[in-house]
Amino acid sequence: MLRRAAAGLVVLWAAATAAYLALLAAPGDTVDSIIGDGADTPLIRSQIIREWHLDRPAVVQYLDYLWRAAHGDLGRSYLLQRPVRDVIGEQVWPTLKLALSAALLGVLLALVLAVLTRRPWARRASSTAELVLVSTPPFLIGIVLLSVFSFRFGLFPVSGDRGFAALVLPAVTLALPIAGLLTQVLRDGLDRALDEPFAVTARARGLRESTVLVRHALRHALLPAVTLTGWLFGILLGGAVIIEQVFGRPGLGQVTLSAVTSKDMPVVLAVVVLSAAVYVVLNTAADLANLLVDPRLRRS
Amino acid sequence: MNEPLVSVADLHVTFQLGKRTVEAVRGISFDIQRGECLAIVGESGSGKSVTARTLVGLAGPGAEVRATRLTLDGRDALGHGPREWRRLRGAFAGLVFQDALVSLDPLRPVGAEIGEVLRTHAVGDRRDRDARVLQLLTDVHVPEPERRARQYPHQLSGGLRQRALIASAIAGGPPLLIADEPTTALDVTVQAQILKLLAERRAAGSTLLLISHDLAVVSRIADRVLVLREGRIVESGGTSALLSGPAHPYTKKLLAAVPSAASRGRRLSGPGLVPAAEPAADVVLAAEQLRKVYGRQTVVDGVDLSIRRGEIVGLVGESGSGKTTVAQLLFALVAPAAGTVTFEGASWTGGPERRRRPLRRRMQLISQDPLSSFDPRWTVGRIVAEALPRAASAVPLLERVGLGADFLDRYPRQLSGGQRQRVAIARALAPRPSLIICDEPVSALDVSVQAQVLDLLAEIRATDGTALLFISHDLGVVHHLADRILVMHDGAVVESGPVDEVFHAPRHEYTRALLAAVPTLEAAA
Amino acid sequence: MALATAPLRRSIGKPRWGLSVAAGFLLLALLATLWPGLLAGADPLAADPLHVLEAPSAAHWFGTDQLGRDVFDRVVYGARHSLTIGAAATLIAVTAGVLLGIVAGLAHRLADEALSRSFDALSAFPLLLLALLFIAIAGPGTVSLVVAIGIATLPHYARVVRSQTFVVRQAGYVTQAVAFGASRPRLVLRHVLPNVLGPVPVLAVIGLGEAILAAAGLSFLGMGPQPPSPEWGSMLSEGRDYLGIAWWASVMPGIAVTLTVISLTVVGRHLQRRFEGRLP
Repeated sequence: MLRRAAAGLVVLWAAATAAYLALLAAPGDTVDSIIGDGADTPLIRSQIIREWHLDRPAVVQYLDYLWRAAHGDLGRSYLLQRPVRDVIGEQVWPTLKLALSAALLGVLLALVLAVLTRRPWARRASSTAELVLVSTPPFLIGIVLLSVFSFRFGLFPVSGDRGFAALVLPAVTLALPIAGLLTQVLRDGLDRALDEPFAVTARARGLRESTVLVRHALRHALLPAVTLTGWLFGILLGGAVIIEQVFGRPGLGQVTLSAVTSKDMPVVLAVVVLSAAVYVVLNTAADLANLLVDPRLRRS
Repeated sequence: MNEPLVSVADLHVTFQLGKRTVEAVRGISFDIQRGECLAIVGESGSGKSVTARTLVGLAGPGAEVRATRLTLDGRDALGHGPREWRRLRGAFAGLVFQDALVSLDPLRPVGAEIGEVLRTHAVGDRRDRDARVLQLLTDVHVPEPERRARQYPHQLSGGLRQRALIASAIAGGPPLLIADEPTTALDVTVQAQILKLLAERRAAGSTLLLISHDLAVVSRIADRVLVLREGRIVESGGTSALLSGPAHPYTKKLLAAVPSAASRGRRLSGPGLVPAAEPAADVVLAAEQLRKVYGRQTVVDGVDLSIRRGEIVGLVGESGSGKTTVAQLLFALVAPAAGTVTFEGASWTGGPERRRRPLRRRMQLISQDPLSSFDPRWTVGRIVAEALPRAASAVPLLERVGLGADFLDRYPRQLSGGQRQRVAIARALAPRPSLIICDEPVSALDVSVQAQVLDLLAEIRATDGTALLFISHDLGVVHHLADRILVMHDGAVVESGPVDEVFHAPRHEYTRALLAAVPTLEAAA
Repeated sequence: MALATAPLRRSIGKPRWGLSVAAGFLLLALLATLWPGLLAGADPLAADPLHVLEAPSAAHWFGTDQLGRDVFDRVVYGARHSLTIGAAATLIAVTAGVLLGIVAGLAHRLADEALSRSFDALSAFPLLLLALLFIAIAGPGTVSLVVAIGIATLPHYARVVRSQTFVVRQAGYVTQAVAFGASRPRLVLRHVLPNVLGPVPVLAVIGLGEAILAAAGLSFLGMGPQPPSPEWGSMLSEGRDYLGIAWWASVMPGIAVTLTVISLTVVGRHLQRRFEGRLP
């Protein structure tokens, strides 16, 4: 288990380094980016160089970056001239709200669908729906929902983040493709598990089919689904950026996009590396969860 | 009461698979008397498992069951709905399947699996149930039941697992115990213990229905035997009478196909004798003090082995004995930690693969699962021709193993198990090897198919003078085929010598235990 | 968004016509990519200020957008962007991923470890964010999208190919080939490579759908081909502002993306089932 945590750290380090290298590869002078549209004189330039430690050798800058990042200091935004930590910290909550509610909704929906659609006709209908959901770009789903429920029926606000009502449509939009994917994985897992010899034994004990499903097969089906946790998070985050655009919500999406267009590298870097960090943590947590569910993985 | 516990008349079970209709059971009738042990014997496709499962209403999805009579414990089961069947399962009949590792839920402790039966049939309350589970484990002779009940199936040995499975089958106190190939996945010595346990349950009053492909296993505990073939009963009768004097030609063929000491020199798949063969004097393969260590475990410990030209040497052992590792060492798949192997007079181990390459073709390998040894993209023709020079035809080889030219363009996955093994043999013969290492080549085959393959191997040895190293856990097969035998246990060779000598006058304690555990047909006759 | 790459064990018994429809649609899309003039008439950039935001009609099958441009024409001409970006990105990802995957699978433990950790590191970033990082460096545009998506989807192929290589390496038929005196290069060429590469085309078909989705998403965010280029994603973004009054400007290109991806997935899964026995 410790080994896994160590591996996770290595991956995180590699990710941070890769991102940093990408930053170095960025064409254009860092100083130019910082100056942006502002005054450009040799005095200001030397001031900037001193302030941002740009005169130190690259290796030192890299190590400095790692050191600071490990301590939570993510640098300063070129564009906004504020600590990145603050910039991100302010906008993290709306995105988190969206991601978590979408995740919860998606998982619940997937569980319900996978367990309840066992009959052939239900299965076929659900599978088609899943295929469509997974193939549809999330912004289309969002736009359609917006169009119908906000514009046509006026049930939900068209944009912004005021109140619970503003969360509904975005969360549903983000949750649907996730539910589509998870339902497929869960249903496949259930099918497999219900065909296994232990399921036959369970039936031979006199259990009702639904009991066999819930008490035995479900646990087996969850195993591959749990492994997908990290990946799902990645989808959630990427999707959140897009959904925030569609619904005009504040959040990390806005922060990231404006940073990208203005080449505000510290912010972009921080968002990217942070997401990698969360991914690593989630993956390790998923591994642990798997250990809990599947005793065969434990080494005694 | 003289009324039979189970009475079946004219049972038909049909499956609808897409467009095909498969008749698994075609009109069989039988009774099971209270307190007796009835065995249903047959090869794959005979319908024996389907029959057993039909008795608890678990014939399978898409199954259509028709019968003139299906009476269970005096009650007509033909009209049973799902709820009645569920009540029956576990309370009237307990099922024991093959391989407890997959037949018990690997994610739940063994105690929970056993307790589930009690819970389903509302036997006692929570505390009672825990006590009962422990009692059941004791009844099936599982030592330290408190500890074992909390463990998971993969933490128990094969024998203990099977006992736990049996415990879960008898938990509901069912009068009928149905065992479908209960010992097939087990080592010989463990197999004997499980059979003893089943006999014990029978003595305690259970009625036993035993499904098996292994006549010898059946002969140990069954009172009566039904022989099934392609969904029909071919013969039935008392065990000893049937086994010593079968009436139906199919039963005769089945019995004749069972390899044992008595069948030495005789063909198994038909009348006649196998051509005799005397092994030459010169040694083809010699291994000295082979040792292999994985981590902290010594898997092979000081094994000496020699095979003469044209000789069949049998290597027997149970799982974990190291026999597969020995095969890998001899084939130079892995390098030994110590010891040497000489092949055809040349040094075989210790050195780069380059040095072995010129001799490689003279040693071939046949394994238990031929399908995995075939490149899935290749046709049979290409597989067999892999070792042949470019222009040569694979047809003569295919014909030699009993297949024809029409197999050239087929794919192995379209063939039956026996046919695949023949293709593997044909391929092995192509480079005209002096030694073929056979690692459990017939373990996965039906008895009649096994007989054909064994005859083929014997004929190859006699005609070509090819030596065979025959690795198996099946002592009957080895006794039938081999000239000399080595017995392995815990990585070491505990006994070796001419086969008759080792079998009839075993010197080592383990060999004696092994031989005592093997169920043989002679014991019943 | 990602697509399920787990093969469906039980075929849902999709009617045959599903496959034909999907294949037919893909042919249409291909046609739109190569000869858009065949399907759509006019110039997709032609603005007609007299017919702004008109509903779909006989004259304009998909209606017109805020500049009076025919939406149907723009959708047809837009196929080129989404499909070529997706195809180019998938090509890069597959080629590089397969190469690296095979190297990792055949190499000694240390090299394999190093490569695997790199794959893990790369896949730790959400696809969209990784692409955004690249675009932050290189600026928006078609080439950026291609490279960004290519790099982001690379680890997936590399990992699958690597594990497949492991499986094949230990397969029985490789052992057998040793018995016939096959040397290592011969083994790799004759047995390992063909069996490892077998599943790749099917993966690529399904992966192409994912790449197209990613391309559309990034374009929607303004990172792709800049307007007035008729790229499906950016068309959707432009139309969003007029959603209340002219839903067709957004929804039509969105449907085009969806149908393309669905068709690719259906065809891909069919291929997967069909070759299930053939592939190890």
